[in-house]
Amino acid sequence: MTDILNALVLMLNFVVIPATSYGAQLALGALGVTLVYGILRFGNFAHGDTMAFGTMFTIFFTWLFQSVGISFGFLPTALLALPFGILVTSLYVLGMDRVVYRHYRAKRSAPVILTIASVGVMFVTNSMVRFMIGTDDQRFADGERFILKARAFKEWSGLREGLKFKTTEGLTILVAAIAVIALFWFLQRTRTGKAMRAYSDNEDLALLSGINPERVVMVTWILTAALATLAGVLFGLDKSFKPFTYFQLLLPIFAAAILGGIGNPTGAIVGGFVVAFSEKFLGYVLPDTWKPEGLMQLLTVDYKFAVSFIILVAVLLIRPTGIFKGKVIKG
Amino acid sequence: MSFLIGDNIYGGYGVIVGPNGAGKSTAMKALLGMLNVREGAVRLNGKDITGMSPQDRVSEGMAFVPQTNNVFAGMTVQENLEMGAYLRRDDFTGTMEQVFQLFPILGEKRRQLAGELSGGQRQQVAVGRALMTQPSVLMLDEPTAGVSPIVMDELFDRILEVRDTGIAILMVEQNARQALEIADKGYVLVQGENKYTDTGEALLADPEVRKSFLGG
Repeated sequence: MTDILNALVLMLNFVVIPATSYGAQLALGALGVTLVYGILRFGNFAHGDTMAFGTMFTIFFTWLFQSVGISFGFLPTALLALPFGILVTSLYVLGMDRVVYRHYRAKRSAPVILTIASVGVMFVTNSMVRFMIGTDDQRFADGERFILKARAFKEWSGLREGLKFKTTEGLTILVAAIAVIALFWFLQRTRTGKAMRAYSDNEDLALLSGINPERVVMVTWILTAALATLAGVLFGLDKSFKPFTYFQLLLPIFAAAILGGIGNPTGAIVGGFVVAFSEKFLGYVLPDTWKPEGLMQLLTVDYKFAVSFIILVAVLLIRPTGIFKGKVIKG
Repeated sequence: MSFLIGDNIYGGYGVIVGPNGAGKSTAMKALLGMLNVREGAVRLNGKDITGMSPQDRVSEGMAFVPQTNNVFAGMTVQENLEMGAYLRRDDFTGTMEQVFQLFPILGEKRRQLAGELSGGQRQQVAVGRALMTQPSVLMLDEPTAGVSPIVMDELFDRILEVRDTGIAILMVEQNARQALEIADKGYVLVQGENKYTDTGEALLADPEVRKSFLGG
């Protein structure tokens, strides 16, 4: 009996909890990608770096608050800085829309042209972030580190295996849940949200109904900036902030969005969790005998991107519309 | 080309017919502002709207039902109607009730996705959506394309009911004979030219029209 309990705790500690919080971060990222794809009709390659941009400004505001002595008790100060980070990021993406995307939209360019333009925006954003905050790792989590400590759990339960639950993990899951509920409520119930869905569903008919496309685009960008900043800050709190890591996050995020069915918000969430659990499980399904002695890892963290890549390729080959019947990506 | 519908008393029912490639759809697009008009003018209730964007024309009282892709397939029937009333800031529940009275099936299926309805029901959603703006003119591009004859008769009846509420109707139609039978005014387009204009009855009786277009 205790063996089973030990195994369950082990599983919870090393797979379920970390994968759930990582999945929530990917889901928020994938929601941003899916919104842009559904409404602006292009794959936004700048999304990972938009996350970095938003996180960077949240870190700046966190430092500012810390320097004047403002803290958030046992919660990270970054949560207080988050709204300001979202504000700056919203202004930034709206500015980018004004100088880059709007031109191609007015010309009714093909989606692939907008996607390539977003690669340009990605490089610009990436350089700006590196220039402003540097390429190093930044740790900006403060407050209480653990909700549940491994040692405390062991003493309480008497089990051999410990269970730890980091504050950042709990926070990620909670904040992501609130954000997702708020987003769905907005899309399903409000006039503007319905107009966004209508525009995504049938652009010409939306215009014939008098829906103002520029307003829809503006709201989409603000939501995207908020989701990107949120995902980036939660990821950064949980792990650490490094511009290059955020650029790499693009792959699992796109894998999640496409797996779920791009353009479909429910799909983005499911996709995020599937990708996260696949990545975390990979290290444990390989045979024990392959495991090297000592501290060396069989699969370094860098290889986890292979998982996302395999998922991406498999979905595009077998079921390009994804689980929830999103739009098929067209060039 | 000139289409004058409505005679200031009540809406009126105009039908544009003509062989393929005669310019029916082009004329419709020009009226909607989706094409630039080289010469001439588009007037609505006496107001010149030639330079207006399609959206502005919608708020001026022009409503349009496209031939295809004319519903929001991923949204419910009720949401489709709400989107039709997007520009209205007043309470539009009364208009929605009128639409449900006109098309009772839509009231029954208000929570169902428009994309899951049959072809005829979709057309009703499309017309209903257009009516939500409370337009003064309703333009339809071949509303009966691809629906069964029974549904077609029913749709024509409903359109007549819409006309009786005082909304002017302008329709492009392939089923020329049937459309002209009930039209107040018919326009026969041939090669981009408005060749015959008369009441529907007179056009049907005109041997020239019958010979060249209606097949004798």
